This record gives sequence, structure tokens and C-alpha cells, in this order.
Amino acid sequence: MSTPNQTLLQLIDLAASHFNVAAADLNPDDDFFKKLKINSLQALDLLTKLESHFNVELPDYELQGVTDFRTLADRIQARL
Amino acid sequence: MTSHQAPDLSSYSSLGEALRAALEKWQEHPCLIEADRDRENCRLSYSDFNGAGQTIASFLQSPDFAEADRTAIIMSNQSKWLIAAYAVFYSGGVLVPIDFKLTAAEHLALLAHAEVRSLIVEFPIWRALTQSPEFSGLSGVQVLVTEAPKNADLKGARRWEEGGSNAPPRFVPRQRADLACIVYSSGTGGRPKGCMLTHGNYLEQCQSLMSWYPFWPGVRYLSILPTNHAIDFMVGFIGPFVCGATVVHLRTLRPEYLKEAFPRFKITYASVVPMVLKAIEAGLRTRFNELPPFRRWVLNRLIAINRWLTRREPRPDLSRRLFPQIHQAFGGELRALITGGAFAEPATLQFFYDLGIPVATGYGLTEAGTAVTLNDLKPFRADTVGKPLPGVELRILDANAEGIGQVAVRGPTVMQGYLNDPEQTAEVLVDGWLLTGDLGRLDSSGHLLLSGRLKNMIVTEGGKNIYPEDIEAAFAGLAVKEFCVFAVNYVWKQRSLAGEQLMIVLRLDPGAEMTGGLMDDLRSRNRLLADFKRLSGYVLWEDDFPRTASMKIKRNALAEQIAARLARETALMEL
Repeated sequence: MSTPNQTLLQLIDLAASHFNVAAADLNPDDDFFKKLKINSLQALDLLTKLESHFNVELPDYELQGVTDFRTLADRIQARL
Repeated sequence: MTSHQAPDLSSYSSLGEALRAALEKWQEHPCLIEADRDRENCRLSYSDFNGAGQTIASFLQSPDFAEADRTAIIMSNQSKWLIAAYAVFYSGGVLVPIDFKLTAAEHLALLAHAEVRSLIVEFPIWRALTQSPEFSGLSGVQVLVTEAPKNADLKGARRWEEGGSNAPPRFVPRQRADLACIVYSSGTGGRPKGCMLTHGNYLEQCQSLMSWYPFWPGVRYLSILPTNHAIDFMVGFIGPFVCGATVVHLRTLRPEYLKEAFPRFKITYASVVPMVLKAIEAGLRTRFNELPPFRRWVLNRLIAINRWLTRREPRPDLSRRLFPQIHQAFGGELRALITGGAFAEPATLQFFYDLGIPVATGYGLTEAGTAVTLNDLKPFRADTVGKPLPGVELRILDANAEGIGQVAVRGPTVMQGYLNDPEQTAEVLVDGWLLTGDLGRLDSSGHLLLSGRLKNMIVTEGGKNIYPEDIEAAFAGLAVKEFCVFAVNYVWKQRSLAGEQLMIVLRLDPGAEMTGGLMDDLRSRNRLLADFKRLSGYVLWEDDFPRTASMKIKRNALAEQIAARLARETALMEL
């Protein structure tokens, strides 16, 4: 099982590759909606990619109120 | 559009009565299907629904229950929302539908403002409420929690599965003039605007909507909007139920499952916000662009033919023959997509219409029930928000030379006023007319064309109305002399309802400059707001804000000063 930090780094890498931005430009506390310039539907799309990578099921409500990579990583970690 | 007839609701005095009659009439017909991803959670007949509703009504009708008691529902899009709402109306109660996407603090503020006696809420939301620093118990409120894990501490609330332990519920009749719902149109961060809508408002709205877009047994409506949303409340609950149709709830908005739901459930109608509509359009355009040149050429010719053949009205059977693959991808039964609540681009609407999928676009506001105008598709007009629904009167106030002015509405669907707020009520209800704060004109065929806003607010692509005053509390104590939040288009007027944004105007302390610390503070506060409420930019302003004698900011005057002295392109900085 990944450590929390590994989960966070993998999440950032996946988000960067999915939305075609440099991972180095993304920080754990960044607001991913603003930083990636995405809307809530695109965020759900990212969630699907994360599910597949981490082999977990993340209900849509897990994204409710979550806007930064770190909190999202915590939610994933809790389900690993 | 079809020979199916609208239901006659004239004999009913309340939503409870109309729904009860429907449940008795359509007993064995499929009523609700709830799916989550590719799983089916439940499937209920009208008779099953009735039984479930009775159980929850029994919970509501505690020994000290009184008619007109208020019950709030805070749930995402699912079947229990409708069961709970029916239980409220069956019991003669008043429903307070609350947006589940608000923060816990906002939920608590609205629950207090509405003075609810009961709350029916999903477990993750209840957990957030009870863990919120603002939570100090909900004194005198009975709480029913859905989807609670087995061993969860519910802090005194009851589980949905336990239902009511009270005596079998009784049906409590209400009259058309009685309050049915209190729906909050704004004020989550400041002064709540709880629109008081009566049973008569809803029955009239349902009657007129169904006369243009009838439902019938066999129709399957795909519900992906939360039912607290006015559109889904009417076309995903009241409308289909009184017509014996079936509502399919999909508890995810993931594009891949949404795409599958249409053919899987043979959907007839679906309501989508413009953001989802654009996502579907983007997916289709990608597929079209991948076609080999000849097939792409054929498709373009077919689109042109379909457009010509449907120029007067939709011809669903013909369009399905012209585009069999596209229509099969939508299940082959889709008659229309319904959209509203936010600006939909005409090009997007035309794109779907040209493929034989009409998008019923309209214009409405909570204060006027659900919809005020709707495209009747006779013929389809992508450039307008349709014509006034039957019974609705529209006037354009103080029209300029181009006929553009404030849209005013009168009719049987207009609210009674804002809960406990005669002052704000008097500002919008004038001589029997509802002043919408939206700008538009009526063309020679009676279609409404919206062209901007008179009021300081935005509507997001996701259909959320955001009032700047509601955002300001999040920035209280900011290290500046004063600040004010505006809709960008309210300051720099634009004839467009697309891409609306919010901005904060900062008056720094004398001699101060914009620092990294202040920027960090702004950004971190901005992040605490729900994503659809966030500011996009800021403007630095060098004068004191104009204020009234009671020191309130004169927003209009400030907006005019900014627009006169600063250019949007250079003054508006990204946040």
C-alpha cells in the first residue's frame, strides 16, 4: 500500500499527465480547479482515472468540497 | 410535438392530493429506478413508492406534529429525496429543499432561518453538519439520516431504515393558497431569500409545462440534477408522477456512466445544465472529427437535410432514421433534452437540434416557480429562451430604443414573497409584477431574448445563482481598508450571459501596496468557498467607497465609478 506521501505524489503526476501540464508546476495545496483550469465534470473525469490507478472506488461525494490535491489524496488514502 | 395530452390538475388543491391520486392511479407502473454507475440500487412501482412514503410520513407525524410544520431535505440526487418530499406533502407539511452542495455552516444557517421541525439528510452531510464548529445541536428538530453506516454515531438522529414508530400517518389536506415550499434562491452567506411558493404555484406550473412537454406512462426521465433544483423538482418529480411516467436517478455525473444510462434505460427526456450539454457536445464533435472524410461529408449533408426538414417543428421519427447510430447511442427513445438555470450557447442548442435532438431551453427563476418561458419548438429557435408559458405574462420595463429593458413577470406561478423579509419582497414584487433583474426584449413573435443583467449576480455554467453579497462574509477582516464583491459584468456591462465571473474590489490602506501576504490571504479564503462561488479576479481601487448615511456601500455608484475610470482589460487582475 502506498504511503500518504506516495499517494499524493502519484495523484499529482496523474493529474499533470491527464491534463497535460508539468507535474513540477503543481503543489499539494494548489486549488486543482484553478490550477488545472478545469470544471467539476473534468474533476470527475480525473476521479475515474484515479480510481483505476489506485484500484479503489471513490464516490462522487468524496469530491464534495475538496479542492486541493492534498485533501483529495487523503480521501484516496482512507480507502486504500 | 406529440398527441399525448397534459394531465388535468384543476381539481387538485395541493401537491399532496395530486401525488396521492397519481400513486393510486398508476399503482403497478414503474415509478422510480435508481442507478449508481453500472449498478441498479432499486426499482420501485408507484405502489412501492406509496408504501415507502407512508413510512416516512409516519416518522414526520410525531405526537406534536402540526400541519404546515417545515421539513428540510438535504440530499444529493436520489430516490429517497422524492419519497421524503411526498411524505412531507402527504402530511400537510412545508418542504424546504436545500442545496446539498452548500457548506455545513450555510446549511445550518438556512435550517435556522427556515425554522424547520424535521430534517431528512444523507449521512455524509449529517456527519459534516455535526462536526462543524457552528453546530450546537438542532434543538427541537427531529432528524432522519439516510445511508448511515451500521455503527455510525448519529448524534441522536434516526436511521431512514427505522422509519417512523408513530401511528399510521393520516393524509393532511392543504389548499392551493397554502405554502408548499420554501426555496432559497440566495442569501447563503448573508440575508437569506427564502421564496415562499404555494401548492397553487406548483400545480399551475406543472399544468402549463406539461401542456407543452407532456409525459405519459412509458416515458423515462433521466434525473441527474439534484431535486432541490427547481427544474428537477418539476420535470423530475411532480410532472412525471402526475402522468404515470418513470424517473431514473443516476447518482453520478461521470461522463462514462451518463453516456451509458441513455441506452440502458431508454431515456425519453433528461434535464441537464449547460455545462453537461457542452460536455456531451464535445464528445460527439470529437467522434465526428475522427470520421473519414467521405463519411464526414455524408454526415454534414444529412445534418443539412435534417435541418431543412425540421425547420418548422421536430420530426423525431425522421431524424432517427437519418442518424440511426447517434440516436441509438442515446437509446433510440430520446425526444428532448431540457436545459435551463444558466446560459446555454445557441450554437450548442443548434448542434443538437440539427441531429434531431431538440433542447428545450427556457428561462426561469425560483421567485416565479420553475420556468417563465420555454422554447415550444414551433419552430425551434436557438437564439431565444422561448415564449411565455401559458398563463404567464411578461413585460419589458423601461425599454430602450432597441426594446431592451428589465423583464417583469406576472402569473399564477409567482411566489408569495421572501420568508420573513417584507423589505426584500417589496423590492421585487411591485404592483403584482415580479421584477426579475434580468434584461431582455421580446421579438415580434413573442420570443424572449435575454441580453444581460440589471442585478449584481452571476449564474454559473452549472446553474448556480451567486450573489456577490453572499461571498463577502468569507473575506471579512481582510487586511485592506475596504472591499466589495461584484459580478464583473455588473461593473463593465456586457451583452452576454456567457462566462460570468465574480471579482473583488480592494481599497488598500493609504500608502499600502498589494503584497504577497495579502494575495495569499485572498487566495486561501477564496479556496474555502465552494468552487462555484469563487472569485476569478481582483481590482485595486484608489478612492474611498461611496457610502450611504448608514455607511452601507453604494454598490451602484461604486460600479459606475469603476467602469468610468478603469478598463476591464487592464484593471481586472487574475486571482
